[in-house]
Amino acid sequence: MKYVDEFRAPELIAKAGEEIRRLADPNRHYRIMEVCGGHTHAIYRFGLKDLLPPNVELIHGPGCPVCVLPMGRIDDGLSLAAQPDFIFAAFGDMMRVPGTHGSPLEYKARGMDVRIVYSPADALKLARNNPEKHVMFFAIGFETTAPSTALTVVRAKAEGLHNFSVFCNHVTIIPAIRAILDSPDMRLDGFVGPGHVSTVIGCRPYDWIAKDEGKPVVVSGFEPLDILQSIVMLLRQLRKGEAKVENQYKRVVPWEGNRAALRAMAEVFELRPYFEWRGLGFISQSALKIRASYAQWDAEQRFSVPGVRVTDPKAAQCGEVLKGVLKPAQCKLFGNECTPEQPVGALMVSSEGSCAAYYNYEHRKPVTIASAAAN
Amino acid sequence: MDSQNAHLAVVDVVGVRRKVDLGLLLDEPPVPGDWVLIHVGFAMSKISEADAADQMQTLTMLGETEAAMQEVRGYGLENEEHDQRGQRSKL
Repeated sequence: MKYVDEFRAPELIAKAGEEIRRLADPNRHYRIMEVCGGHTHAIYRFGLKDLLPPNVELIHGPGCPVCVLPMGRIDDGLSLAAQPDFIFAAFGDMMRVPGTHGSPLEYKARGMDVRIVYSPADALKLARNNPEKHVMFFAIGFETTAPSTALTVVRAKAEGLHNFSVFCNHVTIIPAIRAILDSPDMRLDGFVGPGHVSTVIGCRPYDWIAKDEGKPVVVSGFEPLDILQSIVMLLRQLRKGEAKVENQYKRVVPWEGNRAALRAMAEVFELRPYFEWRGLGFISQSALKIRASYAQWDAEQRFSVPGVRVTDPKAAQCGEVLKGVLKPAQCKLFGNECTPEQPVGALMVSSEGSCAAYYNYEHRKPVTIASAAAN
Repeated sequence: MDSQNAHLAVVDVVGVRRKVDLGLLLDEPPVPGDWVLIHVGFAMSKISEADAADQMQTLTMLGETEAAMQEVRGYGLENEEHDQRGQRSKL
C-alpha cells in the first residue's frame, strides 16, 4: 500500500459522491466546517466541491497557522531580528506574509539575515554552525507543529546552545473552534475535524462539541476519499439525529493522541492568559508561551519585545473569510489588489489559506477542452 | 536508524532519503520498514496498514448495503406478500 493512490481512486470517489447525494436531505441545507487549512487546500485542489450537491456547503475554518497570526506579531519578530549578528529563521510559508513595513522576504532584500527552514531542528543546526550569531526561530502552528518546537528547545538546553531562541506563536485549536461556535453570525451543522492536530491531541478534546453543542465531528485524513468519507459519516449522523466524535483517519490518528508529543509540549510550554488571533480577536487560553524554566531559549523573555498591535488593512476582509462568514471571492480585494503574487492578507499567502487555494484552483480554473465544449 | 544519534532515522519519502527525528514517537518507537507521518522534520505518528486496508474495504462497500436493500425491496415475491397481507412483511 502506498497510502496515496488508493485514496484517489476515481471509481471510489464517484461512489462516495453518489453516497453523499443520496444521504443529503434535499429539504435541508448543510453547513459543514472543515477546520484545517490542509483540508481547505485539498478540497480546492481536487475539486471536491464539484462532487457535492448544492445543499452541502463547506465552510472554511481557522486552521491555517499563517492566516490567524496578527500582523503585530510579525512586526514584533522582525523588529527583534534587526539586532546585529542576528539570524531570523522561519518556515517558507511565513516568508511572504506582509508585516507593516514588508514581509520577511522584503526585509531580507534590504539586508536582514533571513533564512527559510523546513524544521525547527534546522534552525537549531543554524545556531550550531553560526556560534558568533544569534538564531531566532519564528515558530508558528497548531498542536501539529508545537511538539517539534518543544523538543527542539529541550535539545538546545541539553546541548547548552545559548545562541538560539524561539519567538513562540503556537496556538491551540479548541479555543478557536469555541470562538467560532460562540459567534452569533455562524450556523454550522458539523465539523470535518483536523487530521494532523489530532495525531497529537487525539479525539477526546472534541467531545464537548458533540455533547454540549450537539454537533457531529469527524476527524479526517487529507486525501480526496478521506474528506468525502468524512462528509458521508457526518451526513449519516445528521440523518439519524446523532452527534458524536468519530475518527475517519484511524490509520494515522490514535484516539488518545500522541502522549510523548503532549509530554514534550507540557515540559516546555504553558498557556498564555490570552492571545490575539486575526479575525477572531483576543481568545483566552488559546496560545502557548515558553515556561520560565526555558527562559534562555524564549526570545520574548530574553529580549525586549515592542508588543505591536496593528489592525489589518481596512479594505481587506481576512477576518470575515477566516470566520467563514464570507467566501474568499466575496472580499473586495480578492483577485484585484490581493493575489498570491502581491498578497495584502495572509490568507492569500499560505497554501493552506482559503484565498490562495480558491485563487489557484477555482478562480483561475484552466479551461479544459471538455468545459470549453460544454460552453 | 542512526547509531550516532539515537533519535534520528533515515526515511524514504517518495524515493528521496531524508533524516527525520523520532523523538516524538518515544512511546512506540518505529522499526525499519514502518510507515510514519512526518511533519516539519519529525515523525508524528506510525501509519497502520491494517486500518488503511479496513478503510479501503469500507469505501469499496459504500452505497452497496443500500443497493442490496433496494434489490431486496424490489423482489416481486415481497410485493405479492405485501399485497396479500395488506401489510409490510419484515424479513
